[in-house]
Amino acid sequence: MWDRNLMAARAALELQDGWYVNLGIGIPTLVSNHIPEGIEVTLQSENGMLGMGPFPIEGTEDADLINAGKQTITEQPQTSYFDSATSFGMIRGGKIAMAILGAMEVAENGDLANWMIPDKLVKGMGGAMDLVAGVGRVVVVMDHTSKHGDSKVLRECTLPLTGKGVVDLIITNLGVLEVTDKGLRVMELADGVSMDEMVAATDANLV
Amino acid sequence: MKKVFETAQAALDGVLEDGMLIAAGGFGLCGIPELLIDGIVAHGAKNLTVASNNAGVDDFGLGKLLATRQISKMMASYVGENAEFMRQYLSGELELEFNPQGTLAERMRAGGAGIPGFYTKTGVGTVIAEGKDVKSWGGQDYILEEGIFADLSIVKAWKADATGNAIFRKTARNFNPPAAMCGKVCVMEVEEIVPVGSLDPDHIHLPGIYVHRIIQGTHEKRIEQRTVRTA
Repeated sequence: MWDRNLMAARAALELQDGWYVNLGIGIPTLVSNHIPEGIEVTLQSENGMLGMGPFPIEGTEDADLINAGKQTITEQPQTSYFDSATSFGMIRGGKIAMAILGAMEVAENGDLANWMIPDKLVKGMGGAMDLVAGVGRVVVVMDHTSKHGDSKVLRECTLPLTGKGVVDLIITNLGVLEVTDKGLRVMELADGVSMDEMVAATDANLV
Repeated sequence: MKKVFETAQAALDGVLEDGMLIAAGGFGLCGIPELLIDGIVAHGAKNLTVASNNAGVDDFGLGKLLATRQISKMMASYVGENAEFMRQYLSGELELEFNPQGTLAERMRAGGAGIPGFYTKTGVGTVIAEGKDVKSWGGQDYILEEGIFADLSIVKAWKADATGNAIFRKTARNFNPPAAMCGKVCVMEVEEIVPVGSLDPDHIHLPGIYVHRIIQGTHEKRIEQRTVRTA
């Protein structure tokens, strides 16, 4: 099984040289620690920045420089800033090659639910609906099952959707699944995970 | 015409009324018009609808206007950091309209650009699309979203001259330009008013045509998630 860092490292292998990408909150943020040698990617932060750098050294935090998770960050030599309408213009306009996001549920047709649980605390979708509708490729990184052991990879999502048919690839602690017209194709199994274990943990059609 | 005012209350006098639709700049607590929010608290205007990406935290930002019950409706994309907001929303005291973040930004930009509606693929197939007109281009569905035409904009910039030409700093720009553009009247607070002619005209982020009143003041600029690495 892969831990959070191994999942992030696997997701980083999806990056291609020259891409502009958007990383979600949680495990996706860790992807920036695993960008392969020789691959140059520019990280977008949807609150209005391209070229997001690492967290600042203590004492150099700047209240005017935060990421989409409201965390203090730093800039890089190639950084540019812009307003929110421009930021989502480049997202909706397909200029961002890939988004790597967390999820509550993903269905075998690529439906994604990651913003609300009915009758529970609703915080809002933030930029997730815009990202999944607009970017070139959507990669989900998440635990394969919930805390209760239920599959988060499903035939159909039960939660309100963030986007319909938007997910291209699912990376979980058990392996890598590709969304195809016929269902989910198992591309890889994590170290020590058998196909039987993958099938047993997945409540969706594997092809 | 003089645009510079001495205080937030003076700048809001005559342009703020009960029941208004206000567009506010800022993302989280970054680049929020904190002085003008205090000015609205002091003014006491009620039954306000506020379009803003977030709703502040309990004791800062728009959270102050929630604490005083001056906001009756929020149009936002993410409101997770505010317990009082949640209490008022769950008890039915506060109306909430969720907008995807990019849709909210574009609705403001469109309103400021005289565009009453536009089609977007954001939200297609989700609850956001319910009740909205759908059109298809090239096999892709798009939903109709409406421009926001605010009665009043409250925004924060880094520096401006007395004509309202403004520049923002780093990610504190965020929703401020589109929020400024979509208001009938825009009141802007800045950290520093600089002499006319001292800003490079090629480097203006928001031309003064969008800005009607300006105040200068000291900002707390609170950090919501202080995150650091060790050297």
